[in-house]
Amino acid sequence: MREVNTIMQSQATYDYKVVRQFAVMTVIWGIVGMLVGVIIAAQLVWPDLLPFEWLSYGRLRPLHTNAVIFAFGGSALFATSFYVVQRTCHTSLFLPGLATFIFWGWQIVIVLAAITLPLGFTQGKEYAELEWPIDILITVIWVAYAIVFFGTIGIRKTPHIYVANWFYGAFIIAVALLHIFNSAAIPVTLTKSYSAYAGVQDAMIQWWYGHNAVGFFLTAAFLGMMYYFVPKQAERPIYSYRLSVVHFWALVFTYMWAGPHHLHYTALPDWTQSIGMVFSLILLAPSWGGMINGIMTLSGAWHKLRDDPILKFMIVSLSFYGMSTFEGPMMSIKTVNALSHYTDWTVGHVHSGALGWVAMISIGSIYYLIPRLFGKAQMYSVGLINVHFWLATLGTVLYIAALWISGVMQGLMWRATNADGTLTYSFVESVKASYPFWTIRVVGGVLFLTGMLLMAYNMFKTIASGRAVDDAPVLVPAHAH
Amino acid sequence: MDINDLRSLFTVLVFGAFIGIVAWAYSSKRKQAFDEAARLPLDDDAPAARGDAGQQHN
Repeated sequence: MREVNTIMQSQATYDYKVVRQFAVMTVIWGIVGMLVGVIIAAQLVWPDLLPFEWLSYGRLRPLHTNAVIFAFGGSALFATSFYVVQRTCHTSLFLPGLATFIFWGWQIVIVLAAITLPLGFTQGKEYAELEWPIDILITVIWVAYAIVFFGTIGIRKTPHIYVANWFYGAFIIAVALLHIFNSAAIPVTLTKSYSAYAGVQDAMIQWWYGHNAVGFFLTAAFLGMMYYFVPKQAERPIYSYRLSVVHFWALVFTYMWAGPHHLHYTALPDWTQSIGMVFSLILLAPSWGGMINGIMTLSGAWHKLRDDPILKFMIVSLSFYGMSTFEGPMMSIKTVNALSHYTDWTVGHVHSGALGWVAMISIGSIYYLIPRLFGKAQMYSVGLINVHFWLATLGTVLYIAALWISGVMQGLMWRATNADGTLTYSFVESVKASYPFWTIRVVGGVLFLTGMLLMAYNMFKTIASGRAVDDAPVLVPAHAH
Repeated sequence: MDINDLRSLFTVLVFGAFIGIVAWAYSSKRKQAFDEAARLPLDDDAPAARGDAGQQHN
């Protein structure tokens, strides 16, 4: 059957151009977004680091989150989803011209964000700060993305839709829904609008959006990446395909309800908070099901971890995914949240997921892609990938450990009372006590960023000696015989 | 019947659908199709580039 494959190649070739563009921009935007992250981390230690209000912490922080989530993470998702959907459906892209529009449109969105956020134009909603004209552009691009992705699935040559495509598909549909509803606003001028919702409803819709941005953008989509690139790099099929099906539906059914845990002890009705907490606890099951499925794919081939730094990135990313999806449900318990909320613990938790899981699975997948997109057997330097791996791991551990300590310390200081009921510490005392840990965080961030710079060097050296692959033939699927 | 009864009913229906999906996914009838699907990422390369293919656990 497999021998027949070589002979039975069809004439069509895969559309790698858009994959290549997004893969290269993943590294570029990763460096930009993480550099802004290092800058704002340093601003917490040295508040007067930069002049001008445009470069102040409050303006740069949304730029950092938007850049790492939508520019770095988004580019990684566009690149990998366009690659995976073509390869697993044995067909080239549906409407490749539209894919070109998606690439350039997305770059324009990123540039507009980099201009408007420092200028202070914001809707004031976390991870949805961009003003209404940019929101409309995002909507148009997203519809185009859905057409290209689902259109490609529609013209597939295989009877099955591989599970990775289910995760990417859920991500595309859910993000469309979230973006439309949360960004609904009444424009006043070109650069100013007011939310269509008021009061606690506005808060609930924001965190329905916010948590599902985590659930579908930063989780489901990157799980799609995991379900393709881990089997590929390990050269083994996924541990249990059945588990992956249950994993998918459990995740999709559960995530939508977890948002209220961002609003514990607020004006949100108590029962809504409790529902958010219960669904967050249930989420532990699908999250760990997925993690186990990914890691156990290596079962019987653990030796591959010893000398394959790309596989190390992927398996360690799954370990961080398991850690942060255990930590998240715990933090959603109201009594734990009473200590953790508004402290650095939350920020540390987010970065355990963002650096440890999202960035590392993306980095591993991009290292897999680059040589294949540029006609090389492997990256210019495998040794540098290994150095990058250790820089990234050490940076992430330093970052999250520092913020665990400062977060718990802040929570304990804020709630400490004297015998007469007065507060033991003023707020500024907790700020002062946090400085050493904020400094360690800067060091962790610099290590992670240094790893990305090595990746860029490695990538450009690989590209320099390679060629753009535009003749990869679409193979006839195995079951067609 | 007010809207809250419908909401409760919907939750029960969705839960039932999920149980149905689990039963479907683990039914022996699906085994062959899932084994085929699991090979999709591995069968998309030219045979020369393919490494040793492991056993799938179900």
